[in-house]
Amino acid sequence: PGEAVPPRQGSYNAAIADQTANLAIRGLLLFLIGVFLALVLNLLQVQRNVTLFPPDGFASIFSSAWWVPPCCGTASAVIGLLYPCIDRLLGEPHKFKREWSSVMRCVAVFVGINHASAKVDFANNVQLSLTLAALSIGLWWTFDRSCSGLGLGFAIAFLATLTTQLLVYNGLFQYTSPDFLYVRSWLPCIFFAGVITMGSIGRQLAMYEYKVVQEKTHQD
Amino acid sequence: MTVREKLRQKISAGFYWHGLLCASYPVPIILFTAVCILTCCYPLLKLPLPGTGPVEFTTGVRDYMVPPQEPSGDPGERPDWYRGPPVAYIQQVLVKAAVSPWDNRLVPVDAFRSPLGRVFSLLDEIRNHVHSDSSGVRSLEALCLQVTDLLPGLRRMQALLPEHGCLLVSPGNYWQNQRELFDSDPDLLRTVQQYEPKGLHTSATLKDLLFGVHGKQTGVSLNSRNRVVTYTITMALRHYDVRFLGSLRSRLKQLHPSANCSLREEHMVHVHFKEEIGVAELIPLVTTYIILFAYIYFSTRKIDMVKSKWGLALAAVVTVLSSLLMSVGLCTLFGLTPTLNGGEIFPYLVVVIGLENVLVLTKSVVSTPVDLEVKLRIAQGLSNESWSIMKNMATELCIILIGYFTLVPAIQEFCLFAVVGLVSDFFLQMLFFTTVLSIDIRRMELADLNRRLPAEAGMPPAKPGPLRPRETPPPPRPSPHTITLQTPAFRNLRLPKRLRVVYFLARTRLAQRIIMAGTVIWIGILLYTDPAGLRTYLAAQVSEQSPLGGAGLPHLAVAPVFPGGDPTGTLNVLPQADPTPALSENLSQGGRVPPAPDPERSSAGVSSSQLRVLHCESHVLCRRYISILPVIPVTFHVTPREALETRHPQDTRHAPPLQTDPSPNALPHGAPVQTDLTLYKVAALGLAAGVLLVLLLFCLYRLLCPRNYGQNGVQHGRRRRGDLPCDDYGYSPPVSEISPLLLRGHNMDIECLASDGMLLASCCLAGQIRVWDAQTGDCLTVIPNHGLRRCSSSGGWEHRDGWDAGAVTDLETLGGAEGQDAGGAGYPVRRRAAPSRPTLFGDQPDLTALIDTSFGQQPPSQAPSASSGFDFGGLVERAYLEHEPSVSPVFSAPPPQPVQRRRSLGDQPMAPTDWDSAVWALELRGNLIAAGRSSGKLEVCLWDAVEGSLRCSNEDGVSGITALAFLNNRIVAARLNGSLDFFTVDINKPLGLLQYRGGPGRGSMPPSPCYSSDDVISCQLTRSVQCAHQKPITVLRAAAGRVVTGSQDHTVRVYRLEDSCCLFTLQGHSGGITAIYIDQTMVLASGGQDGAICLWDVLTGSRVSHVYGHRGDVTSLVCTTSCVISSGLDDLICIWDRSTGIKLYSIQQVLGCGASFGVISDSLLVTGGQGCVSFWDLNFGDLLQTVYLGASSEGQGVRQLVVLDNAAIVCDFGSELSLVYVPSVLEKLD
Repeated sequence: PGEAVPPRQGSYNAAIADQTANLAIRGLLLFLIGVFLALVLNLLQVQRNVTLFPPDGFASIFSSAWWVPPCCGTASAVIGLLYPCIDRLLGEPHKFKREWSSVMRCVAVFVGINHASAKVDFANNVQLSLTLAALSIGLWWTFDRSCSGLGLGFAIAFLATLTTQLLVYNGLFQYTSPDFLYVRSWLPCIFFAGVITMGSIGRQLAMYEYKVVQEKTHQD
Repeated sequence: MTVREKLRQKISAGFYWHGLLCASYPVPIILFTAVCILTCCYPLLKLPLPGTGPVEFTTGVRDYMVPPQEPSGDPGERPDWYRGPPVAYIQQVLVKAAVSPWDNRLVPVDAFRSPLGRVFSLLDEIRNHVHSDSSGVRSLEALCLQVTDLLPGLRRMQALLPEHGCLLVSPGNYWQNQRELFDSDPDLLRTVQQYEPKGLHTSATLKDLLFGVHGKQTGVSLNSRNRVVTYTITMALRHYDVRFLGSLRSRLKQLHPSANCSLREEHMVHVHFKEEIGVAELIPLVTTYIILFAYIYFSTRKIDMVKSKWGLALAAVVTVLSSLLMSVGLCTLFGLTPTLNGGEIFPYLVVVIGLENVLVLTKSVVSTPVDLEVKLRIAQGLSNESWSIMKNMATELCIILIGYFTLVPAIQEFCLFAVVGLVSDFFLQMLFFTTVLSIDIRRMELADLNRRLPAEAGMPPAKPGPLRPRETPPPPRPSPHTITLQTPAFRNLRLPKRLRVVYFLARTRLAQRIIMAGTVIWIGILLYTDPAGLRTYLAAQVSEQSPLGGAGLPHLAVAPVFPGGDPTGTLNVLPQADPTPALSENLSQGGRVPPAPDPERSSAGVSSSQLRVLHCESHVLCRRYISILPVIPVTFHVTPREALETRHPQDTRHAPPLQTDPSPNALPHGAPVQTDLTLYKVAALGLAAGVLLVLLLFCLYRLLCPRNYGQNGVQHGRRRRGDLPCDDYGYSPPVSEISPLLLRGHNMDIECLASDGMLLASCCLAGQIRVWDAQTGDCLTVIPNHGLRRCSSSGGWEHRDGWDAGAVTDLETLGGAEGQDAGGAGYPVRRRAAPSRPTLFGDQPDLTALIDTSFGQQPPSQAPSASSGFDFGGLVERAYLEHEPSVSPVFSAPPPQPVQRRRSLGDQPMAPTDWDSAVWALELRGNLIAAGRSSGKLEVCLWDAVEGSLRCSNEDGVSGITALAFLNNRIVAARLNGSLDFFTVDINKPLGLLQYRGGPGRGSMPPSPCYSSDDVISCQLTRSVQCAHQKPITVLRAAAGRVVTGSQDHTVRVYRLEDSCCLFTLQGHSGGITAIYIDQTMVLASGGQDGAICLWDVLTGSRVSHVYGHRGDVTSLVCTTSCVISSGLDDLICIWDRSTGIKLYSIQQVLGCGASFGVISDSLLVTGGQGCVSFWDLNFGDLLQTVYLGASSEGQGVRQLVVLDNAAIVCDFGSELSLVYVPSVLEKLD
């Protein structure tokens, strides 16, 4: 896919093959998915941490700061585009369990990890962190198993945690829960799992482009 | 060999045997699995159903004391919520009031105005009741639950509900508890009804709330039967004061004694409200479920190459679900009660267990060789995937075990469930799913697979080249048209309309979606019209002065959505408070007011209604409970006089007294009659609905299936003349026009056509044989009928031509369907054998043949009276007699002459015996033409570039030759008398000076089909089977060393060509045989006059399949590798699946063109039409293109159609032939 394929007649193929349009479509999709997941997962966290619950359900979806979902969306778009890009740079596209059902399973497990962190009562923070870490690593092993995925996941999780902490220190973002360390403990694991998930979705989306380009090279 | 390898082999072998077992005994195994599932799910029955409905708990009222806040040591039967004081104690006063005795002067409104009016005095009574004893003075004001503000959702009803002060609810709230307002209210009913929501609602309404009983039982309506008004006064108490309540009770009882009241007073009901699920909690749950469904969808989408995709997907889902149920059931059985929220963890369990194994199994099984036995396929598929399945399962178990050691109780429980679920899932996969898969695979027949393969897979090898090395054929002319076959993926098999509709429904899953949309709309309507839900929708903070609530209570996390279902459920079980007829009798007799009916249930109903009061007015109930005290029954008697006094002046405006005959005798019958009437109404309505449904279904059926299944022939609407041909969908592809090569020269209608690919021989009714070059369309030779060289100038023949032309126009409409097949000779025979079918005589070309035949077989002297010898139809006979004078001189022939052999064309006129015999059969091989004549003479002519010369002839037979077959160097002739003659054509190369006029050579000759004009050709009768058939032989086909004959005697016989030995006599038709097809691959098909088509196995002589396809004779039959194409007298071309005998589709032909079709390739069918030929995609039934053959052939139907090897098509338009080059076929495979 590196070489530029001249667009041919047939608008559909051309649109797919058109790199920038395809990229934009993928980015938009990933952005929307990220926003959606951020809203839903935020709701879970809100349920967990809030004792004074606002009665209006729909308002509570947007209870956190307004810029959080777009940030999450942007981040997921970047991650989802970055993963196939790195795959391409490393040579082979990711082949392990590349099908939508597997991706769906991955998303479900990711939501489940969030659910567990929100709903399950853990004895202490260390237990929570260890459990979540094990679950995240399990997620990677089950659905990714690529070194690039692992490395990228760690890096982005680290960066994201750092950013969040900076935000919190500067007062731009606050957790409702007073337990500060508690929040920090689960954050990297969630970030890691999210990175793996979004990467999986991004790779799956990129598969279409890859396939089309392959077919075209066959035809040529 | 490592341990791993050994293990792997063991596992593989085990799975193999297991697969064999599953595929061998599918039904017992499925039954066993079902029993297992049910057994494991049995403990689930004991589990409480999840829900948010209120839970009730009953205690005795005598020794009641407020339960302690902390749970005591022995919980006993006490639910865990029963601790601490309740939010409120509910005390209800159930009022029953009636006007008695009923008076004729009373109007219906009187039945409830006065009784309702009593509520105000009763309210005053209760409010002012003061109990004083040693501990002090207590009034209701001191004890009751104080309300300070209303919920915002209830602002609408601000005027009605108590906004401040005691929570005391009664029907008096409608009139602000003021007697004056009530008295001045002109229309009580409207006041009550105005707050009722419109439309569909199932929840309780304000009326229920204020009256405290269900709206139907209040008796406040104009058409109330029993005229007993029931309502309650409900008060919510903060404290339980036994003495105050006791005094109130005794006071009320004393004031308004309620006789016969059997209300038990010893029970107190505590009702607990669970936490409600809110939108905020629902959103993540819904998200997980959406993800779950997406997962299931994407997983099951991968199932392919099976008979029923949806069935297997269903089986997979069933496997997973029942394994979940089994795991929960098993865990319950072993004492683990699930404490997790089932709805929440369920999607994760499904995802953990997964559908992967199922998919892997399916994929593995369907990828095994198709031709294996089903058992073996299953076993192989299982054993192939055994290792990976086991490995995956071990991995998952390990992961779950790790999760178990996190020592978090919730996760541990989840893991436990997951482990049991995994194991039971494995069990189900191995037993249930594998068995279902085996059943499915078995159902998938080979035919399904064949259909999926490309059509070329089974094509025979390419046809051999032209038979003789002639001058190189001219290159195929550039065809002006191109037919492009669509890619197979885009083509659909031609299906009946009904199936297409069903498939459409199935494909789009329309029904599902409609049902889903309907459900969603219904739920939406329910939510919208649910007044409780509306009222509580805004659900602002409750500001209730609640000393009980303490600090946290007012701000409990209460969901804003009111669960619409639960109050409804309890309301629906309300007893019917209608008194029995006996009660109304009591009433009318001026007796006492009836006792409160069924006190216990009534109280339950009342309380559930009252719960709603609290629900609506305060949201403090969440996770708390209330206690409902025994009801205080109160009874009022209202005399008619009182009722009249309280009557409002406008009350009489209302309907006249309801009961026109209120006599005591009539009343008891009233109610049953009413119920009966209702019953009848319902029955009538149901009947009408049923009839409507049946009519609707019938219309739908007619719409979808306009065809008549009872009969075999599909009744198409005939195309009108001039209509464009179109396929079943009404699609008419682009029409094009080409100018075909017109082969003109025949003066009369062409009867026989024969071709070997390079040459084309045609014979007209006049007996003239013309040979054409199939490439260029040049007429190479004309072999005139002997003695008729002047045919074009003969006055007699001219005359007859005109006669023919007239007959054509007259008769074509009658019997035009009687097309001629290539043999063309079967018709006169059949006609003679079945003379009772006069319409068949209408076929004009055969008429002449008949006349000729009569002269050929009878002495010429009898010719003038020949017509009397035959059973002509009246029409024909008239026509015949009319022209007799002109015919007879022509036919008064000279006496027969000795047979002359080896005449050349240049010689003088043929023997007089010849010219009056018509050619009935024509065959062309190489450059030899064999013609069978009605006189029984077989001629073999040699064609060469210049002239057609008769090389030999055989006149041994006396009976007319009806059919000929020319294979290799043998000629088989079937005769009218049922005998079969085998001839051998010997060719001797002339030696030097030997003239071809010399005696026949005896030298051996390789059976080459190439002859030169110098060869000496002899035709010798090698064998004659005298009684091959009892009746005339109608069809003769030869291929693959077999000669197959079909006869009027309903049988088909198969002979070996070499030794003319009869191999089989095939019986199975119930009519004469009219069409036979046999080809090199030994496919034998026969069609008869009964419209039946039989397929036979030539090797064994057994009948393979037997279908009835046509109304009337089968006129032509062709088989391809996958299908059988037949045409009949009903002008239908039917395409059958060869292996299953199922009719795939049929094509309606234009009148008279019924038998004109040909197969160009395995996937291209060409049919003749009105001046056009149409090309069809054989596999899918799509009309590809229609080609009009120029203006000259406008309006004439194609009677015969011969497909030549070089893909040219010869159409017979009466006396002229059209040579059409097929548009080149581009078959795109992908």
